[in-house]
Amino acid sequence: MHEWALAEGVVSTATRIAEEKGLERVTEVKVNIGELQQIEEDIFRFALDQLRTPLLKDAEFVFETTPGRLRCRVCGEEWSFSPGGLSEDVSEAIHFVPEMAHVYLKCPGCGSPDFEVKEGRGVYLASIKGIVRDD
Amino acid sequence: MTDPRLEIIGRRLEKVEGIIAVSSGKGGVGKSVVASALALSLRDKGHSVGLLDLDFTSPSTHVILGVEDLYPEEEYGIVPPLAHGMRYMSITYYSLDRPAPLRGADVSDAIIELLAITRWEELDYLVIDMPPGIGDATLDTIRLVEGIRFIVVTTPSKVAYETVRKQITLLRELEVPILGVVENMVMKATSYIREQVEAERAVYLGAVEYDAELEDTIGDVGALRKTQFYRTISGLSKKVS
Repeated sequence: MHEWALAEGVVSTATRIAEEKGLERVTEVKVNIGELQQIEEDIFRFALDQLRTPLLKDAEFVFETTPGRLRCRVCGEEWSFSPGGLSEDVSEAIHFVPEMAHVYLKCPGCGSPDFEVKEGRGVYLASIKGIVRDD
Repeated sequence: MTDPRLEIIGRRLEKVEGIIAVSSGKGGVGKSVVASALALSLRDKGHSVGLLDLDFTSPSTHVILGVEDLYPEEEYGIVPPLAHGMRYMSITYYSLDRPAPLRGADVSDAIIELLAITRWEELDYLVIDMPPGIGDATLDTIRLVEGIRFIVVTTPSKVAYETVRKQITLLRELEVPILGVVENMVMKATSYIREQVEAERAVYLGAVEYDAELEDTIGDVGALRKTQFYRTISGLSKKVS
């Protein structure tokens, strides 16, 4: 149900931006979902749908997914985040707070926990499209 | 790309009446035990209280309060469980007893995540055990938590107070209200810290004597309540509530 909290943020942010830009209707909200957060897209889409504001009532929610890419700060190794091999507890911890990756994951090259998440951390509002008010 | 989490942090905290950040410019001055005892004493006075441990690299309030086997409920976000009658939130629900080797920007991101997803109910007070120092984590918490007010903890040491003085200056520059300074672990009564604090035109909340019994109460809230340390903090809490 963590998806509801993020959906609330997306709807609220998109609505504010639409108001600031003078849109009378939003037609598309594009959301970038980082793989590390392991969002359940069905729940997320349902939550977005339920939380729609009047400005977003006809908006299409478009998801784009960014794969998780990690880079070791010690040896420079780069690798892809792979949720498949994680235990349920670890997966859930990273789902709630993606920085928990640093607690449970290690560089496959040298074993260091000192790595950066280059791409695919969390949920971001990528863009919105809509129709501008005539006035 | 816009971060949607920033939009909802204020909403998550809107039912909280007073937000008290217990902080220190320097580690090892007893900030976490002061925060824990302050939260507990406000609860014991009949207030509704939450305690949020934002010291992600060295979380310790769960050890001080003996919080075990709790986990937040998921309900349109996450709801902190009750610990000793307080809503209690800590990163340790997710990091367990493992080290969290987070760099500054990662700590900030984790703080933003936790503030965005944690649903606080109506509370008279939310006490925050702050990250030590004046780095990213502290600056982000100040930026994101509207209405936050600070208690700064020092020891009688001039070394500790020098960092506290810088913290007071920073808080002033950021226009963040300072409730006052607590002088912790006092072994010999002197007026040095009081004079320094008053020279800064800040409030000296009081001295907390070093309590040799305190260590034996770690993890046992019942025993903590019987200490001189707890009684002193309970007295100080009247000044900030």
